[in-house]
Formats: sequence, structure tokens, C-alpha cells
Amino acid sequence: MTDAVFEYLLRLGDNSLILGHRLSEWCGTSPILEEDIAISNTALDFIGQTQLWLGLAAERANDGRSADDLAMLRDAWDFRNILLVEQPNGNFGDTMMRQYLFDAWHVLILHGLCQSADTEISAIAQKVVKEVQYHIERSRDLVIRLGDGTAESHAKMQAALDRLWPFVGEMFHVDTVERDLIDRGIIPNVADLRGSFDAHVNDTLAQATLVKPASDFAHLGGKSGVRHSEHLGHLLTQMQWLQRAYPGATW
Amino acid sequence: MTTADDIWSWLADIPDPEIPVISLVDLGVVRGVDFVDGTWIIRLTPTYTGCPATRVIAMSVEAAMIDRGITNFAIKNQIAPPWTTDWISAEAHGKLRDYGIAPPTPAGGPASCPQCGATDLQQVSRHGSTPCKAQWRCMTCLEPFDYFKCI
Repeated sequence: MTDAVFEYLLRLGDNSLILGHRLSEWCGTSPILEEDIAISNTALDFIGQTQLWLGLAAERANDGRSADDLAMLRDAWDFRNILLVEQPNGNFGDTMMRQYLFDAWHVLILHGLCQSADTEISAIAQKVVKEVQYHIERSRDLVIRLGDGTAESHAKMQAALDRLWPFVGEMFHVDTVERDLIDRGIIPNVADLRGSFDAHVNDTLAQATLVKPASDFAHLGGKSGVRHSEHLGHLLTQMQWLQRAYPGATW
Repeated sequence: MTTADDIWSWLADIPDPEIPVISLVDLGVVRGVDFVDGTWIIRLTPTYTGCPATRVIAMSVEAAMIDRGITNFAIKNQIAPPWTTDWISAEAHGKLRDYGIAPPTPAGGPASCPQCGATDLQQVSRHGSTPCKAQWRCMTCLEPFDYFKCI
């Protein structure tokens, strides 16, 4: 059986890697210069965080693979990111809604991980949570600004929320991997964080004049790796092509 | 015989790659210099996890040691406790201001315009030319400027 800590480190690292890559797709094409800089900076934070999480995963697995190997040489079925982060960028509003829903969860889980019984996980979480605090301030502001904006921006944000909401449940789903780690005091019970998440989201959506979908139906299968959406494979073909075409290439 | 103080003084001469008016020691990224079992251990901490300058900083420390003929050293990356702008020295605050970058303040925004000193300021973006900075503008002299974000 694969070690639960390794699995969970992949989940954290892959979330950062895939979302960071998605955000980097905006580089040079954002609506305005300031947003282009902001989104590229955020992408950079995520890639930095990936190095820490996948670096620790590689160290723990101790099977000769580096963080780079984990990022560039695994196939879609070996990725453990949640389905939300692999969803395509869509329009700028879709990207910001995806970012806000992720950030609202990310801040909570990182605060919990700061208390981890695993001191290395705790150290990374304490480092990362400071950056993520900036992410959520920005994504929340933009969701409010665009939701409570023009009729067109409002309609786009509502459509983004309706499309992305079914991916929220997976973030709070506790499976056997997480159950084991909760019992060992290594991670917080994410199900207990749902109330805080809902409170934050409800407040943001109210200010944004957006309506949360009534159904809490949740797509699952990303963090277990059982059922990624077709989008992940397309993303990987672009992200990994250089290492696939020229194995071992360095600069 | 080289002492830890010697090494600290060498590191205090290495400019930050992005903000060359302050040194690595001013920036607070050097967390320790210790002689352990015949090897100098230099502990560095990153400012932001994804900051590309981190690698350049490690390379400049390596070069500074080799230039002085020291080869028995190792550079360790230390992330705990996490870097904070509180570790930027008081002296460096003045150097940043003279260079045109508003230093970090606990209030979370620049205290005054680094160009003209006015206090009627507006944030343009939370992000700037490097991960550690935000873009602001002065409503008095109308000049844009960088603010070193508090973290």
C-alpha cells in the first residue's frame, strides 16, 4: 500500500502545480497589465509551493525520483489534484471564481496543517499560508467587483459559479487516506472546516450579488486519481512535452 | 583562520539580486553561519517560495565563499520559521526609501510616497515587478512607486 503521507503530499503538490500551470496560461493575455502581473505572480507562488510539497514527497518516498520527476514524468492517472484546479481557464471571470473557491479552502486547510504533528508539513504550511492570504484577498475582491458589476460581468460570474460549484464538494470529502492521517494528527479533518468555508463564501457571494446553487452534488475522483476530467491530459501534454520529447533535458 | 563574523561581513557585501541597494543580511534571508564538523553551514531562507531570486542568492553566496578560498561549506535551505518583512533591518528601510521603494509597515500600506513624501496614496495592484512588492501611486506628485509588501 502506498504511504498515506506520500499520497497526501502529492495532493497538496499537485493542486499547486496544476493550478499554477493553469494561471500561467494567462501570462501575456490578461485583460489589463496589472492583472497580468498579479496572475503571473500568483502562478509563481504556486510553482514555488509545488517545489516544497513535491520536494518533501520525493524525500519521503526516497525511491530515486526528484520533485521534477514527479511533476514532469507522471501520467494523468498518477496525479492527485482535485478536479477543480484542472478545469480550463474559460474567461477571466471563470478563472477568478475558480481561484476564489480554491483560495477559500486553501487558507483553511493550511491553517490546520500549521498544527500538523509532522513538523516538516507544519513548517511548509506556515510558510505558504502567508502567501495564500494575499491570494484570497485579491480573488475575493475580484469576485465581488465582477459579480456586483455590470449586467454582463454579473451574468458571467453567475455562470462561472454554477459551473464550478459541483467541484467544491471534493475539497471537503474525507477518504481512507485522509482518515488515516487525521487519526495520526498529521492533517486536520477537512469536513470540520466546511462551516467556516460556507460562512466565507456566503458573505462573499452576498456582496457579489451572486446566488449559490441549491444542489451540493459533488464530482469526485481527482484527489484519488480514479477519475480525472479529460482536461488534465491536455494540460499535461503541454506542461510535460519538453521532458517527454527530450528526456533529461536541463538548462 | 576564518571566523563566523568574517563570513557575516562577506554576506553583508552581497547585494540582493532584485533590489541591489540592500544586502542579503539587510534582507534577513541569512539565518545562520555555523562551523560544524569542519564545514561552514550557511542557512538561507527564501522570501517567497517561488521567488526566482532565491537560486541566484544561493549562487552568489557560493561564489563569495569560493572567491575567499573557502571550499568546506554547505548552503542549507531553511523554511522555518518563515521569513517575515520584520527581519529587514532598520537601516535597510532607509536604503529602500532612498531607492524609491516604500518600506513595509505594520499598517499594511506605505507610510508616505518615497519620491515626494506625501501621504495621499492609492494602491494600483497588490502585485508588482517581484513577488515581494505591490504597485502604488502618489496622488500628490502622481508618480507610481513600488511598496515592499508586509508579510
